[in-house]
Amino acid sequence: MSRINTRFTELGKTGRKALIPYVTAGDPDPQLTVPLLHALVEAGANILEIGVPFSDPMAEGPVIQRAMERALAQKVTLSQVLTMVRTFRQKDMTTPIVLMGYLNPIEVMGYPEFATAASQAGVDGVLIVDMPPEEATALLSETHKYQLDMIFLVSPTTTDHRIQRIAAACGGFVYYVSLKGITGAANLDTELVQRRVRHIKSMVSLPVGVGFGIADAASAQAVSQVADAVVVGSALVKQIEANQHDAVAMTQAVTRLIKGMRTAMDTPMAASRVAGV
Amino acid sequence: MTAIKSQLSHPYHYPDEFGHFGPYGGRFVAETLMAPIDELTTAYAQCITDPAFIAEFDDELRNYVGRPSPLYYAKRWSERLGGAKIYLKREDLNHTGAHKINNTVGQALLARRMGKKRVIAETGAGQHGVATATVAARYGMECVVYMGEEDIHRQAMNVFRMKLLGATVVPVTAGSKTLKDALNEAMRDWVTNVDSTFYIIGTVAGPHPYPAMVRDFQAIIGREARDQVLAQEGRLPDALVACVGGGSNAIGLFYPFIEDTSVQLYGVEAAGLGIATGQHAATLCAGKSGVLHGNRTYLIEDQDGQIIPTHSISAGLDYPGVGPEHAWLKDTGRANYVAISDDEALAAFHDLTRTEGIIPALESSHALAYATKLAPTMRKNQLLVVNLSGRGDKDIHTVAEREGITL
Ligand SMILES: Cc1ncc(COP(=O)(O)O)c(C=O)c1O
Repeated sequence: MSRINTRFTELGKTGRKALIPYVTAGDPDPQLTVPLLHALVEAGANILEIGVPFSDPMAEGPVIQRAMERALAQKVTLSQVLTMVRTFRQKDMTTPIVLMGYLNPIEVMGYPEFATAASQAGVDGVLIVDMPPEEATALLSETHKYQLDMIFLVSPTTTDHRIQRIAAACGGFVYYVSLKGITGAANLDTELVQRRVRHIKSMVSLPVGVGFGIADAASAQAVSQVADAVVVGSALVKQIEANQHDAVAMTQAVTRLIKGMRTAMDTPMAASRVAGV
Repeated sequence: MTAIKSQLSHPYHYPDEFGHFGPYGGRFVAETLMAPIDELTTAYAQCITDPAFIAEFDDELRNYVGRPSPLYYAKRWSERLGGAKIYLKREDLNHTGAHKINNTVGQALLARRMGKKRVIAETGAGQHGVATATVAARYGMECVVYMGEEDIHRQAMNVFRMKLLGATVVPVTAGSKTLKDALNEAMRDWVTNVDSTFYIIGTVAGPHPYPAMVRDFQAIIGREARDQVLAQEGRLPDALVACVGGGSNAIGLFYPFIEDTSVQLYGVEAAGLGIATGQHAATLCAGKSGVLHGNRTYLIEDQDGQIIPTHSISAGLDYPGVGPEHAWLKDTGRANYVAISDDEALAAFHDLTRTEGIIPALESSHALAYATKLAPTMRKNQLLVVNLSGRGDKDIHTVAEREGITL
């Protein structure tokens, strides 16, 4: 069983939902990434999502674009990201790690080379924003050899037929993109998200995580009523950006945000608000 | 336009139903875009076999764009070069001054059929932006054009033309602030406004069906050229030459000749300051395979898979990717790809202007410069067709500046 499956099973026993923070590897400084990951786990993260910097991040809003530019300014490569994961694993053997990024760095490394290196480093899942399952056959045959979970996206525009097809290729969890748009957009309609997630869950047996646009404890709490996992990206990266020159303040800021979300997610919602759901 | 149908059912059957040209092409986009791309594929497949749509497209090309464009025998220039007879396919005479309008008319008609009232586009030199703003005005659509901040400075006149036409020009400040970043930003707009918006891509790039669709709309160039050369010379040409940025004018000329294996195809890329300097945009000559902007193709990238900023004197060739069909034509050996430097293109720019009284676009000047090398190696009774993809008015500031002249 993969670390991701194990984690969802454990959480399920106590009725808790997974909190998945996203950070871009190497932002604001490659030296700070591993300590930051440990701090996120300390604050209540259950799974970590690590962004691999890319020069042309087409699905990213301005906040994560700037994070990738900061990382690229320091020449952070896919190999270095894998080294960071290996370093993280020296102290933490249980928290699942998902790499999130774009296909080209993996194409250039080579699929077999990537799958071997990622699994040896201690990566558990891979989410490639610009690779739908239709184009993933060759990479899937490599990741399967190493029990790496390939995580695919489902969006508000995905048809039921495609949801089934995506679920068939997907491992770990299905990632529901909660809005039409790019990361960090501010127009999340949590009720609509809850309805869609219920629908997806009626069709797939994997856990369903929700990301894009979850900015605070309230939206994390609302979404976690129906989803199995909540991903927080831009809101977290904003804190990193605001404190990029002060590592102590940065750790405090991200800890505060994650703890706030954790507490909200572990607190039952007021009956009136659940009724509205 | 009936010829488009016969081209599509030709034995040259690329791409396959998933948009693959051999290993290239495909659909590498975020999940949110898969549904609108499917919708587009279906709508396009219906239109391309619908006689009413074909008649409408034909009519617009004739009466609005001004087609057919002449196939002009450049006699003085041919004789000066002392080799093959050179014909110029005069896409510079189209409305808005380049081949780009063939494609924007096609896509805007399709957008209208699909009930989309808002169109968006990316632009580098501004030619595709102007061609999109033009058809948006013509069909009464809202138009937003994304343009790198760097290019907005280089192409002030085209920015003003777009604004006159009623378009909103959005400066892109991310990344290298050029065409590739404008394309990223247009994709971000599309993913946010999928319901209302049609994305008019300006070249044979992007996810399937764009490379095939843009080719089909541009193939009017080659179909006309083929008919014209047969009428004027009674035989097929020996070689075709066209510049390659994303590759739409080149594939538009090449495609109707693809099965005429006696016809040599030459795509001319921008060598900028020279391939060895790293300051170039010669994707097929110097790049390697990768995935960007929705398809697998050749890219200019570093060893870690990051896209590298490119350089060319012509903004329209300044792009780190290339259409996937060209990648396939290169690998299969059906077409040859060569590169021409900034200086060589400028020399050809002046040469054609003085010899034939035609001021070519700097993009097209790359094709002309290669013709000046190729023609003298050919016999006097051989025929060479060069695609004069656009006129040079937009470039006179660049040329003047290079020569230290203030206008
Ligand atoms: C006149 C002209 N020729 C050629 C190009 C290059 O595009 P493509 O390679 O798609 O024909 C451009 C692009 O702006 C252009 O304006």
